[in-house]
Amino acid sequence: MLSADDNNSKNYRENKKLAMRTPQIFRYFVLSILLVFSSYTLSQEPVRIAFMDPLTGAFASIGNSGLKQLQFAADYLYNSKGGILGGRMIEIVPLDNKQSPTESQLQFRRAVSGGIQYIFQGNGSAVANALNDAINRHNRRNPGQEVMQVNYSAVDPILTEENCSFWHFRWDAHANMKLNILTDYIAANEGINSVYIIGQDYSFGQVVSDTSIELLRQKRPDIKIAGNEFHPIGQVKDFTPYVTKIVASGADAVITGNYGADMVSLARSIIDNGLDIPIYTFYAAYDGITATLGEDGKDRIRLIHNETSNPIPTEQRKEFYRAFKAANPNNDVTQPRITNALMMIVQAMEETQSTDPYDVGLALEDMRFTTIGGDEVWMRGEDHQVFQSLHISVHTDEGVEFDADNSGFGLYTEYSVPLEETIVPVNECRMRRPRR
Amino acid sequence: MLEVFIFATLNGLVTGLLLFMLASGLTLIFSMMGVLNFAHASFYMLGAYFAYSISLHFGFWTGLIFAPIIVGVLGALVERYGLRRVHQHGHVAELVFTFGLAFLIEEAVQFFWGADTKNYQSPDLLDFPLFTLFGQEFPAYRGFMIGISITIFISLYYVLTKSRIGIIIQAALTHPHTVSNLGHNVPLIFMGVFGVGTALAGVAGVMAGPVLTTFPGMAVVLGSIVFVIVVIGGLGSLAGAFIASILIGLLQSYAIASDLGMPDLLNILGIEFSRDHPLTDLWTLTLPQIAPILPFLLLVLVLIFRPTGLMGKREQ
Amino acid sequence: MTVIKKSTVWICYLLGLLALPQFFDSVLAISIFNQMAIAIVFALSYNMLLGQGGMLSFGHAVYFGLGGFLAVHALVMIEFEILSFSIIWIPLVGGFIGLLAALFIGTFSTHKAGTVFAMISLGIGELIAASSLIFVSFFGGEAGISGDRTFGPPFFGIEWFQNLEIYYLAVAWVFIATLFMYFFTLTPAGKMANAVRDNPERAEFIGYSARRVRYITFCAAGFFAGIAGGLFALNYEFITEENLNAATSGRVLLSAYIGGLGYFIGPIIGAVVLTLMNSLLSNYSDLWMLYLGIMFLLTVLFLPRGFAGFIMMHQMVWAHGKIKSLVLPYLITGVPSFIFVIASVGLIELSHTDEAEFYYLGLNFDSTTAIDFILISIAVLAALFCIRKSLPQLRAAWESANEISDDDEKEAQS
Repeated sequence: MLSADDNNSKNYRENKKLAMRTPQIFRYFVLSILLVFSSYTLSQEPVRIAFMDPLTGAFASIGNSGLKQLQFAADYLYNSKGGILGGRMIEIVPLDNKQSPTESQLQFRRAVSGGIQYIFQGNGSAVANALNDAINRHNRRNPGQEVMQVNYSAVDPILTEENCSFWHFRWDAHANMKLNILTDYIAANEGINSVYIIGQDYSFGQVVSDTSIELLRQKRPDIKIAGNEFHPIGQVKDFTPYVTKIVASGADAVITGNYGADMVSLARSIIDNGLDIPIYTFYAAYDGITATLGEDGKDRIRLIHNETSNPIPTEQRKEFYRAFKAANPNNDVTQPRITNALMMIVQAMEETQSTDPYDVGLALEDMRFTTIGGDEVWMRGEDHQVFQSLHISVHTDEGVEFDADNSGFGLYTEYSVPLEETIVPVNECRMRRPRR
Repeated sequence: MLEVFIFATLNGLVTGLLLFMLASGLTLIFSMMGVLNFAHASFYMLGAYFAYSISLHFGFWTGLIFAPIIVGVLGALVERYGLRRVHQHGHVAELVFTFGLAFLIEEAVQFFWGADTKNYQSPDLLDFPLFTLFGQEFPAYRGFMIGISITIFISLYYVLTKSRIGIIIQAALTHPHTVSNLGHNVPLIFMGVFGVGTALAGVAGVMAGPVLTTFPGMAVVLGSIVFVIVVIGGLGSLAGAFIASILIGLLQSYAIASDLGMPDLLNILGIEFSRDHPLTDLWTLTLPQIAPILPFLLLVLVLIFRPTGLMGKREQ
Repeated sequence: MTVIKKSTVWICYLLGLLALPQFFDSVLAISIFNQMAIAIVFALSYNMLLGQGGMLSFGHAVYFGLGGFLAVHALVMIEFEILSFSIIWIPLVGGFIGLLAALFIGTFSTHKAGTVFAMISLGIGELIAASSLIFVSFFGGEAGISGDRTFGPPFFGIEWFQNLEIYYLAVAWVFIATLFMYFFTLTPAGKMANAVRDNPERAEFIGYSARRVRYITFCAAGFFAGIAGGLFALNYEFITEENLNAATSGRVLLSAYIGGLGYFIGPIIGAVVLTLMNSLLSNYSDLWMLYLGIMFLLTVLFLPRGFAGFIMMHQMVWAHGKIKSLVLPYLITGVPSFIFVIASVGLIELSHTDEAEFYYLGLNFDSTTAIDFILISIAVLAALFCIRKSLPQLRAAWESANEISDDDEKEAQS
C-alpha cells in the first residue's frame, strides 16, 4: 500500500509534466487543422508541391537527398526572396512511396486529399509508370482538380513515347537518348572491340540492353557483343560468377544500367577480381556509391548525365552548390535537374499568373530556359521530353572541385554533346490533350 | 570453357562454405530447440556491421575477432530473454518471434547505420591475387574465406564429437531431463549453443561484408537461402547442411556460368516459336536468369518427395 | 437469445462499416478505409489458415496476388469487350483464382502441418514471386499491369468513378466474406480444422483424415485471400509483383498475429491497426517500421494471443462485475507506461534527427547538446522505474479480480 502511495506521488509529478505539455500539443493540433482549412481561403496560401520518392527503406538515401535538393532550391531561390506569384511561398510536402507502385498510389491519394497539384517523382520507372496511370485516370475523372507529374529522373522511354501524357513532363534525358551518346563515345574509342552488357532483369535493364546492341551494330558493326546478361534485381548475393563470365568472354568494356546495391556489388566484384576494363553506366555516383568505390574505381567508371559536376561553368551554380553544402554537409547536389524543373515550373506560373497545371503545362510546352549552370534547356511540346547538353564523366579525384560523399572523389566531365545533337525524333507519342 | 568451369567451381565453393557457416549455426539451434531461427541471417548482417564499425577504428582483424563475440552475446541475450519466454507458447510463437526479430533487426540496422551501402573493405594484407589462371585472378581474400570456413567446420566437428562439452551438448539435445538430473545446467547449455550459433553467423558476416557489400538488405538476400539449405539438408543434420550448402553454392554458380536456356532445348527438340507467342517469356528463359530461384525449386521438390530432407531423420 | 445478440453484433458491424464515410469523407480517409476493407478480408483468410487450421504460412500473398492479377486481367478484358459483366463480380473472379491455386498447391503442401508446411509455403511463395518478374507478359514485370474499372456495364447507374462508390462495394463484399468465414467456423469442417490443429492424431482416430481437413481449410483460405485480391484490383486498378511477394505475406502474418490468432475478431483488429499505422504513422516518422517491429515483438512476448486475446482476458472479470476494481491499478501502471512510450519515442526521434532544432509534441528540443538527451533519458528511466514498482499491485489486483468463488462460476454459466 505504501509503495502504491509512493507511486501515486510520482505519477502525480509525471502527470503534471504531461499536463504542462498538453495545452501546447492541443494548440499545435488546432493550429494545424486551421492551417489545412484556411489554406483554401487565404490569398497568400503557399504553393504546395509534393516530393514523392522513397524516404525510408533500401533506396531512402537517394530519395532523401533529392528531397533536400528540392527543399533547398525552393528556399534558396524563392522563399528567401519573398516567394512567387507576388508573395506566395513554396511548400514542399514529402511523400514516402517506399519505391513501391502500390504505395505511390496511396501517397498520390494523400496528395490529392491535401489539394496538391504538382508531384515531383524520379526514382524507379515502374513507379513513374504507375503514377502516370493514376494521374491520367484521376485527371480524367476529376476535371478541375488536375495533377501534374514532374518526372525529374525516371528514364524509361515509354513515358514520353507510347504512354506520353499531357500531365507528364520529363526533365531528364531518357535511356535511349543517353545510350545514343554513350554508344557514340564507345564507338569512337578504337581500343574497344567487344562489350559485355549486364543489367537488372526488368524494363529499364531490357531497354539498355536492346538499345545498346542496336546502336552499336549501327555505329561500329565490328564491335562484338561478348555477352548480354540479365540478373534478378536485388537478389544476387555475389557478382563474382558474372565477372568470371565477363573475363572469359574477353570483353574490353562493360555497359550496365544497374543502380543501388546491385551497381555497387557489380563494380566491387569487377574490381576485386582484378578485371581492369571500363564500366559505362548511368547511376554509379553519389549517395554512398562514390565513397564505396573510392580509389578502386578511379578512371574505370564512366557515367552519362546532364549538367556537369566538375568543372562547373558558372559562378552562380558554384554559389548554389556551396550554399547547399553549407546547409547539408552530408549531401551533394546530385540532380541539378530538380532545380531546373522547379525553376521552369515557377517561370511558367509567373508567366500565366496561375498555379493550374493546365495553364502551367501549356506554358511549359516548348519553353526554352537557361539554367543557373548556363545550360540551355528545351522542353519539347509534342512529347514533353526535355533536351539539354549531355556529358560523360569519369570517377576520379583529379580536378574535382565538388566531390561526392565528402570522399575527395567525384565526377570529372570528359566528353560533352550540345543540345542539338541530343535530339531524337518524336516516337509513337499520340498525346491526348485535355479540352478546356 | 574450362576456365569458366574452374572458376565457377571455386566461386561455388566460396558461396557454399559461407552458406554453411550460417547453416551450421542454424542447424545446431534447430536440433537443440526445435525452432528454425528466422533471424539467423540478421545476426550475420549484424556481424558485418559491427565489424565495419570496428574496422573503421581498429582495422579489419580486430573486427574479425570482436564482432562475432558481440553478436554471440547478443544472440545469447535474445535466447535468454526472448526465445525462452515465448517457448511456452509453442513452436509457432517461436517461429513468429524470430520472424519479428529479423524484421526488427533490419530496421534497427537502418536506424543506427543508415540505409546506404557501407564502404567495408577487405584488409590490405590480403589484397593480392592468390593465383592467376587463364588470365583471371583469384583474390587471396576468397582463399582466406575458404580457409576460415573449413577450419571452423573441422573444429566444430571435433568439439561436438570428441570433446566433453560436445558430448554433453549432444546428450542435452536428445535427453535434456537426464542431463539436467546429472547436474548440468541445461538452459545454460542452450543459451551457450544459441550464442555460439549466432556468433558463427557473425563470423560469416564479418567475412562476407567486404565481398558481398554491407547494406541493410544483406540479411534478406541470404536469409531464405540459408533456410532452404537447412531444410534440404534435413532438419538438425550438420552433415546434411554441409552437403546442401555446397550443393546450392555450386548449383547457383554453375547455373550463372552456363549459357543454356529454353532456346537451346527447343533447338534440340526442333520446335520453333515466334517472338510474339503468348508464352514467349517461357521460351526465352535461360539458366542464369532463373539461377536465384533454383534453391526454392529444389526446396519444394525435396519437401514433396522427401519431407525429411537429404540426411534428416527426425520428423516434427 | 444468443441468436438475437449475435445478429445485433453483425448488424452493428455492417452499420459501422457503412457509416464510416459519413464521419471522414476526405479522399485520403476513403483511401484508408478501402485499404482497411481489403486488409480485413485478407487477414481473416489468414487467420483461417493459421488460427483455425494451425498452418503457419509464409506465402499467403500468393493467393491474394494471383487473384488480384486475374482480376486486373478481367478488368482489361471488360475494357476491350472480350468479357461483359458488371465489375461488382470482380472479387469473385479473384476468389475463384485463389481457390484454383490453392486446390493445386494444397495437393502437396497440406500433407503435414508445422515446419514442413511453413517451409513449402515459403518456397512456393518465393518461386511464384520470382516467376512474376520473369513472366513479363502476364505479370507485367516491375511495373505490374493496370486496368480501368469504369468500362463495364453500369450498376444501377453507378459507373465507379469515385473511390467512395468502390468503398460501398467493398463493404458489401467484406460483410459477405466475413459472414461466410464466420459460418465456416461453425461447419463441421471448421470445427474439425480446430481439432486437427490441436491434435491431428486424435482427429484421425475418430475417422477424419487430418490431411483432408487441412486441404479444405487451405482451399477456403485461398478463396477468401483471392477475394481480397479482387477487391485490391478494384480499388487500385492495377497490381504489381509486390502484392504476391514475401513482404506482403509477412505483413498479413503480422496483422493477424498482432490482432490475435484464434479469435475471430482478432485479425479484424490487427488489420485496422496495421493499416492505420501504415498510413498515418508513416507520415510523422521515418522510423514507423522500427516502431512496428518493436510493437510486434512486444506483442509476441507479452500478449501471445494478441490484442483480441488481451480484451478477451477481461471477459471473465467483466462477467462478474469486477472490472471496476481493475480501473485504478491499470491507471497506476498505465500512466507511467504511456509516459515511457512517449519519452522513448522522443529519445529515438531526437537521436535520429539531423536537424539542430527538433519539434516533438509541441516542445522544442535541441539535438546538438546533451542536455535534452539527458532530460528525456531521465523521463524514460523514471517512467520505467514507476512501471516496475507498480507492476506487483497490478498483478495482485488482477489475481484478486480473477479469484472467483464456485458460486460465481455457476452464476456465470447459467
